[in-house]
Amino acid sequence: MKNAFVKTLNNFKQTLPIILGVLLLVSFAIAAIPKTFYAGVFTGNKFIDPVLGALLGSVLAGNPITSYILGGEFLKQGVSLLAVTAFILAWVTVGLMQLPAESLMLGKKFAIIRNISSFVTAILVAILTVITLSFI
Amino acid sequence: MTNKMTEKISGKWIFLIIAVALYLITAITNFALFADALLAFVVLAQKIIPILVLVFAIMFLSNLFFNPQKMSKLVGESAGIRGWILSIAGGILSMGPIYMWYPLLSDLKEKGMRNGFAVAFLYNRAVKISLLPMMIYYFGLKFTVVLTFYMVLFSVINGVFVEKLLRAKK
Repeated sequence: MKNAFVKTLNNFKQTLPIILGVLLLVSFAIAAIPKTFYAGVFTGNKFIDPVLGALLGSVLAGNPITSYILGGEFLKQGVSLLAVTAFILAWVTVGLMQLPAESLMLGKKFAIIRNISSFVTAILVAILTVITLSFI
Repeated sequence: MTNKMTEKISGKWIFLIIAVALYLITAITNFALFADALLAFVVLAQKIIPILVLVFAIMFLSNLFFNPQKMSKLVGESAGIRGWILSIAGGILSMGPIYMWYPLLSDLKEKGMRNGFAVAFLYNRAVKISLLPMMIYYFGLKFTVVLTFYMVLFSVINGVFVEKLLRAKK
């Protein structure tokens, strides 16, 4: 039991600088980027907006609830459901801000390939979701 | 090996130093933004402390009860469909920010966890049972059901794809 505790404590101590660093960067982004900035990113173009949505979701980080609130606001402002879906998906599955931490802890190749793949699938899932909804 | 370890350790500290430097520079150039960021940091840290305790507890239990052999049966190369189900369920049930779970996944990977399962776990962080009512409120029930179905499905597709790419790159 003592061995398991010491091993866990050592593993945890190794990861603390990374967790602290990510927390500092996420907090900085929360304080530095005004909420009004987000909606201005979209162009109204059906093909470009989903990519922009996924890009915006990839760069930003935070609680998924924030992405729902922002997504709801985007819809009200006329942004397409496709773009909003890509945005809320990429918000949770892609993390550019966390990429250095993910690389250090899970491996550089793993982190890069996983994030690129999640970015592409965020757009794919958004397209499939909107197509499926049009049939139901 | 020693060089690699030093690189890994220094990488972590360099990352933290860069983040702290950003705050120090901001404190000099824009004190109001520095104060806001610091406040956001305190609020965020308070929220994640209970999750950190939970992650620590799970890691401790995993170190206590699961050796690499047992772990590889659950989430290793031979785990099969059970491994996918465990990873999906784990991702859905896990709480808090994604980066809080990196230490646990790193630990599990060292014990032989398949890359695909780690990807599925991280992808299913998008499906949060506790947040579904909120999603229904903003986007409707139909949207929530369809999106949740595709997210779970694509977590496996994503896992298989990333795993194949990682194997091909070796």
